[in-house]
Amino acid sequence: MAVPRFWREIPNRYNLVGARCGNCNKVLFPPRYICPHCRRMGKLEPYRLKRRGKVLTYTVVHAAANGFEDQAPYVLAIVELEDGPRLTAQVTDCNTDEIKIGDEVEIVFRRMGEDGQDGVIYYGFKARRV
Amino acid sequence: MRDVAIIGVGLTKFGELWDVSFRQMMMEAGARAIEDAGIDGKQIDAMYVGNMSSGQFIRQEHISSIVADHAGLVPIPSTRVEGACASGGLALRQAVIAVASGIHDIIVAGGIEKMTDVLTGQATGALATAADQEWEVFVGATFPGLYALMARRHMYEFGTTEEQMAMVAVKNHHNACFNTCAQYKTEITVEDVLKSPPVTSPIKLLDCSPITDGAACVILAPAEKARKFTDTPIMVAGTGQASDTIALHGRSSLTSLRATIEAARTAYKIAGVKPDDIDLVEVHDCFTIAEIMAIEDLGFCKKGEGGKMTEQGETVIGGRIPVNTSGGLKGKGHPVGATGIAQAVEIVQQLRGEAGKRQSDGAEIGLTHNVGGSGGTAVVHVLRRGD
Ligand SMILES: [Zn+2]
Repeated sequence: MAVPRFWREIPNRYNLVGARCGNCNKVLFPPRYICPHCRRMGKLEPYRLKRRGKVLTYTVVHAAANGFEDQAPYVLAIVELEDGPRLTAQVTDCNTDEIKIGDEVEIVFRRMGEDGQDGVIYYGFKARRV
Repeated sequence: MRDVAIIGVGLTKFGELWDVSFRQMMMEAGARAIEDAGIDGKQIDAMYVGNMSSGQFIRQEHISSIVADHAGLVPIPSTRVEGACASGGLALRQAVIAVASGIHDIIVAGGIEKMTDVLTGQATGALATAADQEWEVFVGATFPGLYALMARRHMYEFGTTEEQMAMVAVKNHHNACFNTCAQYKTEITVEDVLKSPPVTSPIKLLDCSPITDGAACVILAPAEKARKFTDTPIMVAGTGQASDTIALHGRSSLTSLRATIEAARTAYKIAGVKPDDIDLVEVHDCFTIAEIMAIEDLGFCKKGEGGKMTEQGETVIGGRIPVNTSGGLKGKGHPVGATGIAQAVEIVQQLRGEAGKRQSDGAEIGLTHNVGGSGGTAVVHVLRRGD
């Protein structure tokens, strides 16, 4: 991934900044530029999401995504945040046989992976059971 | 709008075809379809080609020109259509719309993917671009991973079992044994699937469709002219397409594909049929859980009962509604851009009664269901015998 492509999303990835629509009050994450519920009537403003949520579903990834080989096997989950939005995240500091649907998690800041040839290391969010 | 008929079909062998090039595959499928239709190439007015990612797989874009060029059909218009693994189904739909509108008469709708000219890691990386790069792939998701997230939730909500998923693979491998074009002509057992290496739990290696080279073609004509070419025209009775969020986490349901439900609703309505009227289907079984969800979302059973329906043998050839008589993506192979067209080829052969040992007796109405990504795109066609 080219550096600017990553750098642009840093506030969202590091600080979990999404958007809230002033018209319908829905919280949106990952960020969007138009409220999908109100479209042109929407009034999006930056919103920092609360970090707590729960696991809706999960998988243990044995065949890793490119760039994640050194982390396999790892747990990947869809988490529903307290503010409503859902996101996909790795579950960190977790044995692969511990995770369950319904587990409470918090979103934490972690090293994600690296781009093979360029050696650029990326940071972002993971989920941790609480 | 005019009624549209399929008058010819053609397929290459599906598999790891190291000795065959992209261009050669496309010409082989096209020549077979043209021969089957009994038309002359000069009668073709336009072509649509479904292809997901020639840029990543063979470092060649602009394949619409290559296909017209190598077919000797320049200067007719040729258009590439892309919607990830639904590219073929979308190409068919664009061709159907073009004939129905009256702007063209005889159209070739093709689909192709040459996936084995790159290493497996590059191929899976290319496929992953059909998911959300920024918010799924960036955090470590893969395609099997996304379908595993659906499978786990489906098991949690409805009690679907890994054995039921395995039965989809067993059935589709069995059907593929009777398909000369199929990639895998080997029987497998439920135990083989359960013991195969874990990929993304609960999905194991034998729950996954393979990486495949292949091409497929159909020839379309206005219904009123179809009888000039064939005694058994197959009518495109309905077509439907729908979109959904690219990321799985953006959807309210993790156990059904809204795009499938909406595309099917439109296709059923246009065709004037109900799920009960359908005699057989080709569904998008990129993973075994995908077939279970598809038969639910298409309305062949209640939500959550797809696993049980599979276990009870209702989806085998000779069952209540045969699913993936061709072997499906799992057994026949999944050259992503070709898959949607290849599904139509299978239904046409079944409705004509030309499917040999995998023939479903007395089939009158069939359905194809093609999905892009984890469900961001779906396209459904209802096909019916013209007589
Ligand atoms: Zn809004």
